[in-house]
Amino acid sequence: MGVGRIVRSSQSPWARGLRTLIRNRMAMAGAAVILIWVIVAIAAPWIAPYDALAQKVEDRLSPPSPRHLFGTDELGRDVFSRVVYGARISLPVGLVVILFSMLMGALVGALAGYFGGAFDLLVMRVADITLAFPSIVLALAIASVLGPSLKNAVIAMILVWWPEYARLMRGQVLSVKHEDYVMAAQSVGVPQRRILARHIIPNTSAPIVIKASLDAGSAILNIAALSFIGLGAVPPTPEWGAMISLGRFKFYQWWLTTFPGLAVLSVVLGFNFLGDGLRDAFDPRLRSA
Amino acid sequence: MEMRMGLSVHIIRRLLLVVPMLIGVTLLTFTVSRVVPADPLAVIVSEKAMDHPDIVAAAVRKWGLDKPLPQQYLYYLWNLAHGDLGVSFKTKRPVAQDLAQYLPATVELAVASLLFAMAIGLPLGILAAVRSGSWIDHLARLISLLGASMPPFWSGLMALFLFYFKLQLLPGPGRIDSRAVAPHTITGLYLLDTFLLGDMNAFADALHHLILPSVILGWFTLALVCRITRSSLLEVLRMDYIRTARAKGLHERVVLLRHALRNAFIPTLTTLGLAFAGLMTGAIMTETIFAWPGIGRYAVEAAVNLDYPAVLGTTLLIAVIYIFVNLVVDILYGVIDPRIREA
Repeated sequence: MGVGRIVRSSQSPWARGLRTLIRNRMAMAGAAVILIWVIVAIAAPWIAPYDALAQKVEDRLSPPSPRHLFGTDELGRDVFSRVVYGARISLPVGLVVILFSMLMGALVGALAGYFGGAFDLLVMRVADITLAFPSIVLALAIASVLGPSLKNAVIAMILVWWPEYARLMRGQVLSVKHEDYVMAAQSVGVPQRRILARHIIPNTSAPIVIKASLDAGSAILNIAALSFIGLGAVPPTPEWGAMISLGRFKFYQWWLTTFPGLAVLSVVLGFNFLGDGLRDAFDPRLRSA
Repeated sequence: MEMRMGLSVHIIRRLLLVVPMLIGVTLLTFTVSRVVPADPLAVIVSEKAMDHPDIVAAAVRKWGLDKPLPQQYLYYLWNLAHGDLGVSFKTKRPVAQDLAQYLPATVELAVASLLFAMAIGLPLGILAAVRSGSWIDHLARLISLLGASMPPFWSGLMALFLFYFKLQLLPGPGRIDSRAVAPHTITGLYLLDTFLLGDMNAFADALHHLILPSVILGWFTLALVCRITRSSLLEVLRMDYIRTARAKGLHERVVLLRHALRNAFIPTLTTLGLAFAGLMTGAIMTETIFAWPGIGRYAVEAAVNLDYPAVLGTTLLIAVIYIFVNLVVDILYGVIDPRIREA
């Protein structure tokens, strides 16, 4: 931190960051939106008035009405119920992508940064090369080679995303590796694994977690995009991207695309608001005046 | 003289870095096409052609499939060096030929999107920083967040619904009116070709068709440009030399234009590489929605039809373009900021 900046020593950076976060209205709005969607996902069977897969041909393509809030699709399925059940797919799937990318990247990055040597050289080159591709382009290729399914879309996303975390974590580890407390632990013979787990990782993980919260929105967006193309969730599944794809160019039945799209937009916006607020609160370098 | 030396060393060093990157990306596409699939032959020969032993034998010979993997990679590189990306299962034409045909549409769309993003994003970012905390700052933030949050495949559909279907202000999908004939190909860039041919009606038509897709595709880049410009300008405005300039009594406009912006633009320039990645990602979705015959839509159609040579060829092409975009950005970076050359 710059010289001449007055820092109140009575507060830990975490407490200060948390207070900034809570006072950030946009971040709190984002958190509220995410919370609502989490509740919707958990309580889907009680909220949805119809079965998300139940077809009723005589009701097909009916516009929004009190009976069908968001209208029905071409098989007479209730769009509102499908959007509600869609939260049960998009949220956990996005979370899995981010969680696994983060864990894999952080682990590899920490090991590479701490031990260095041939392992460092090898995995960081793999990371560099992977990052030389725009992520969804490579994910598209991998998902197509593995075969279209939601599981393979998730695998493809993780494979293209972990290097970003590895690079960040490695940089973090390198910056604390020679700190006094690490040297002290080494000199009294604390085992390497324990130093990594107890001293290094707790002191380097904040930026990783902030990045994960910023990326969560993109993960949900990219999975929806792969499903929209036809390389993710397969038809009867009420996945938002796949639903938008079913309604594309049916301009007279605007409700088919509008509502699932608003669902994706609100979730992603929620994560981006929250992630933005987290970064402002906990990464002082980026905090604006 | 010494400065000139520093710059050429910087450029040569940066050029040399391209070689391992190219080897790297080819190694990765090779891995995806030969190691990941259960049957690598199925990635080269279409299902129908599998019944013809002579086609299969020719493919095995050409790509060295009966050889160990390291040797197969050399076959792969050899074919690549001859511009051979394999034959598309669907179009039955060499993938390289397909890509050459579809690339200009993507270039035209990407350039238009980038121009749109810069034209709006730069002034918006500057205003947001200068009037930090004002309504325009909040507006800029909202526009950026929407740009980063809106699924392009959805915003594209919504834009078509509103401007094409409801208001009938702008044309629907495609590069030109569906009743019109595509202009005679000179460069493949419709705006340029129609202009060179002097066909102003077709020029206006092509321009009209370009508006919606480039706004939808450029929005993400706009968000990026606006954000980076704002934050780097804010940082620069806090520097001592800005305070000095102000203390000297210089007009605020001079401080901003002469002293602050020049330095604030450096981070914006470096994000252009990132912006390109965003454009390619967006192009995949935007081209699909707007029936834009570029490499993005080609890649999507290939991926869905499991046309592996086409998917992997496009992936490789995009990665190679990406590497060269970053190369140009890095060299420019060195030209603008002498400190980079020392590193």
